[in-house]
Amino acid sequence: MTAPVAREKPASFQDLILRLQAYWAAQGCAILQPYDMEVGAGTLHPATVLRALGPKDWRAAYVQPSRRPADARYGENPNRLGHYYQYQVILKPNPADLQDLYLNSLYEIGIDPTVHDIRFVEDDWENPTVGAWGLGWEVWCDGMEVSQYTYFQQVGGLDVFPVSGELTYGLERLAMYVFGVDNVYNLPFNDPASQTPLSYGDVFLQNEIEQSAFNFELADVEMLQTWFSGCEKQSTALREAGKPLPAYDYALKASHVFNLIDARGAISPTERQAFIARVRDLARGAAEKWAEQEAERAAV
Amino acid sequence: MAELLLELFSEEIPARMQAKAEADLRDALTKGLGEAGVEFGDVVARSGPRRLMVAISGLPEKSADVSEEKKGPKTDAPEKAIEGFLRGAGLSSIDQAEVRSDPKKGDFYVAVREIPGRPLEDIIAGLVPEIVRGFHWPKSMRWGRGELRWVRPLQRILCVFNGKTVEFEIDGLKSGNETEGHRVHGRGPFKVSSYAEYKETLQEKGFVAIAREDRRLLIEEQAQMVCAQAGLELVEDKGLLEEVTGLAEWPVVILGEMDPAFLSLPPEVVQLSMRTHQKYFAVRDPKTGELAPNFVVVANIEASDGGKAIAAGNSRVLSARLDDARFFWEQDKATPLEKMAEKLATIDFKKELGTIADKVERVAALARELAPKVGADPDMAERAARLAKADLVSGMVGEFPELQGVMGRYYALEQGLAPIDPHSRATSPAGGGRSADADGVPSSPVDGGGARQGGGGLLSGLAEDNVRKIADAIGDHYKPQGPSDAVPTEPVAIAVALADKLDTLVGFWAIDEKPTGSKDPFALRRAALGVVRIVLENGVRLRLAPMIVAQYELELFAIEQQKYNKQFDAASKAEADSDLSGLIEMVTDNSMSIVDEIIFGSDAKLQAWSHSKDLLAFFADRLKQYLRDQGARHDLIDAVFALGEDDLVLIVKRVEALAAFLETEDGANLLAGYKRAANILKAEEKKDGAAVEGDVDASLFEQEEERALHTAIETAVSRADAALEAEDFEAAMAALAELRGPVDAFFDGVTVNADDEKLRANRLRLLTSIRAALFCVADFSKIAG
Repeated sequence: MTAPVAREKPASFQDLILRLQAYWAAQGCAILQPYDMEVGAGTLHPATVLRALGPKDWRAAYVQPSRRPADARYGENPNRLGHYYQYQVILKPNPADLQDLYLNSLYEIGIDPTVHDIRFVEDDWENPTVGAWGLGWEVWCDGMEVSQYTYFQQVGGLDVFPVSGELTYGLERLAMYVFGVDNVYNLPFNDPASQTPLSYGDVFLQNEIEQSAFNFELADVEMLQTWFSGCEKQSTALREAGKPLPAYDYALKASHVFNLIDARGAISPTERQAFIARVRDLARGAAEKWAEQEAERAAV
Repeated sequence: MAELLLELFSEEIPARMQAKAEADLRDALTKGLGEAGVEFGDVVARSGPRRLMVAISGLPEKSADVSEEKKGPKTDAPEKAIEGFLRGAGLSSIDQAEVRSDPKKGDFYVAVREIPGRPLEDIIAGLVPEIVRGFHWPKSMRWGRGELRWVRPLQRILCVFNGKTVEFEIDGLKSGNETEGHRVHGRGPFKVSSYAEYKETLQEKGFVAIAREDRRLLIEEQAQMVCAQAGLELVEDKGLLEEVTGLAEWPVVILGEMDPAFLSLPPEVVQLSMRTHQKYFAVRDPKTGELAPNFVVVANIEASDGGKAIAAGNSRVLSARLDDARFFWEQDKATPLEKMAEKLATIDFKKELGTIADKVERVAALARELAPKVGADPDMAERAARLAKADLVSGMVGEFPELQGVMGRYYALEQGLAPIDPHSRATSPAGGGRSADADGVPSSPVDGGGARQGGGGLLSGLAEDNVRKIADAIGDHYKPQGPSDAVPTEPVAIAVALADKLDTLVGFWAIDEKPTGSKDPFALRRAALGVVRIVLENGVRLRLAPMIVAQYELELFAIEQQKYNKQFDAASKAEADSDLSGLIEMVTDNSMSIVDEIIFGSDAKLQAWSHSKDLLAFFADRLKQYLRDQGARHDLIDAVFALGEDDLVLIVKRVEALAAFLETEDGANLLAGYKRAANILKAEEKKDGAAVEGDVDASLFEQEEERALHTAIETAVSRADAALEAEDFEAAMAALAELRGPVDAFFDGVTVNADDEKLRANRLRLLTSIRAALFCVADFSKIAG
């Protein structure tokens, strides 16, 4: 085997995304579009969390906008955003050469392994909200965490079989690294040589500013609390009606509403724990129901 | 002789697990061979980010033949017995058994089974899959559609014996004779047929340094070199060195640079940020001894640009990290410690023992109490205790829990030494003594903050060196954090450190959460050993028992308070739900009377004493451990403990004096005399079925030796008592040493077991007075020899 060779750098943020899309499409992944709900992480897309359950093979990749209200910084912090993108890949069962496939994806976006120091550093992923955990690594490139790499072991509190390999790329961070940019808002969103060059800031800065004000100052906590109860009720009813997919949607909604309430600092630590437990019950409940039904469908 | 080479090649193994796994694999393999009756020569074990390897030389090609014997019945045994024997031994006819003779038993049958040796390949092919399947990792996983568990997916099994592959399969993975090298520099795969070839191939073609020791040395030397070349000095860090040794197959050390502006952060913050998040070594300027704006990173590649991109990339990441740290630093500094301390009321210390704010209250009271005993000003101790935990809610400690105390110290200095308005400076007391308003220390930080001029609270109006004392106490009160950590030496810090640890220990004892066996999740042994070390290394004179009992009452109050709060919450909720007015009063009355009873009732006192006895015994064990490590005799510690002494400093003095005394001829002889007296007493008390009691009657003496001994004991005891009063244990021992002659003379010339019963009883009583006399310095019955 000869030493791996990297491609030339992509021209822009979107070019980087397109390369990942093309690369994972070539590995047989279904290229999905982002899920149409607010989620805190790409993993929560049902294409990952629910598809990791049950006996059927699955391969998918997609960009997922992630909303983390408490991380918003009014567009003033060069590294932190309340809304950002993750690139998510799931391969079930994980192929034996998944590490190589992953490394090749980095070479695809112009990271030269003969110049950069790429490492797999122990980091076991856990998401108590959906009762999921797995073993894997943070992938470091010159000391920067560019991806999370996980072999799922449990989802919804259930052992998974077969095991999925899950890759999460923090797209902005990865792009900042590839382009050598210190401020996320300076990333070239499209080709800087194009007729209308747009930076990441041109696209998202105003959004960060206004959303921050919403998250920290303007969100109507009382209304959100009512919403939360509504989502909880709806999710529970759907699950009981044997419809785990919409039940899961409403668990996601509840989760986001909770994140908004939390960002307003409106709850005490004890209440906070109680909210988290309620979201977890909804998400797990839906996941368990889904797993149960998938197994039944596979058995037919 | 043949050689076995086994390599288990996987995806990246967590650094912290490698060394143990290396040893475990070696042990499992040698144990398995041993159990198969195989002898072997040298064993080499290696581990790294992607592999575990064991090579064993000096192996035979087949295990030794074994003949196994099974004894049967006598030749004249009934047929049934013989049939049973044949069945059991797997023989078809009794002719296959041998007949042996025994002079006692006569002739009997023996079944001899010759087990031929097995080829080593077979043994290995059976053993390795068994080891792999049963291998213990701290955390293991499955992958793909497989059933096997390993730390991360297992990619290759190299298993070569005597130059040839040992064929087997584990969960679909076939053994082979190929290994893999560094992903970029020389991946391979490479065929190997021996350990020597394996090692050389990986080193030369595979760019993998297989031995941990080699990698460790390589990193250390390179790191010192790159620093020296830049006129700098590496800050050694053994733990980090071990970790990075497990993170690189081909370590290449690179010196990076950072923005010097970050050095305005506390050095602990910079260093910890580098270490925890980035696994960088810090670098210092040898001229000033302070951190330099550089770092050392260990890469896993010889980069084609000489490491420029790696250095630049790491530097950028570090900047982002330190930016975060600076944000916390600035934000925390803007919040007075008292304000932070208020938030402690929302964090549980331990559910049953209340919040950290509750703990702070108890610690503050105890620190105040302890202060005079350690030479600290009680108000200073209380102030320091009230601020000691505040940094737990700071942003920086949230990010780096290891910096608890350290940050509190910095924040106290920033806050207490900040330039203040000249008017308040003029009214503040000058000099290093007590502050003028110290007596008016507020009962809670909340009141204090508002009442004080400038809102400086507990740190306001203090002279600079008092601010420093409080700050240092905050920084040092967690010490010692391990056997190699220093103990606090400044009186205020001593008071707070002792109070914090005692409160924790008493609290956990009160809720019966004591360490058991190897389980000590709250590090209570460390806390107790900490108390022992602080007390002894500072010569603090302190009686532990009363302290413990007093603190125990506070803990009980806290525990009841928690229960009460819970009931109260439940009652409020019930009332809100269904308008059950009156319920709250009922619960309240009820609970408060329980509190009263527990705290002031005599049962509680009893309970407190019994708990404190148990906790004292726990301290005794830690003290023994500490003294044993210092070389003191175990039995002497027991002998002194039996006196019921709870002042650790005095215990140590007594043990030392006793050890010195027993080294002398008088001491050794007196001990022999004591043992003789004790033995006689034991025998006679057993014979009589009653203990020897009562005073010696001088009128019953018949012999001069009796009288002499009696007088000697009286003199010795009164002199020893006087010496003990003055805590002069050497003198007390010397006084008792005077007994040696009279004791020896007594045993030489006097028959204890006289025919006259009165005489005998009196002489026995004389023996008990020897025992009693010696008991004032130690329980001699516990002394060995």
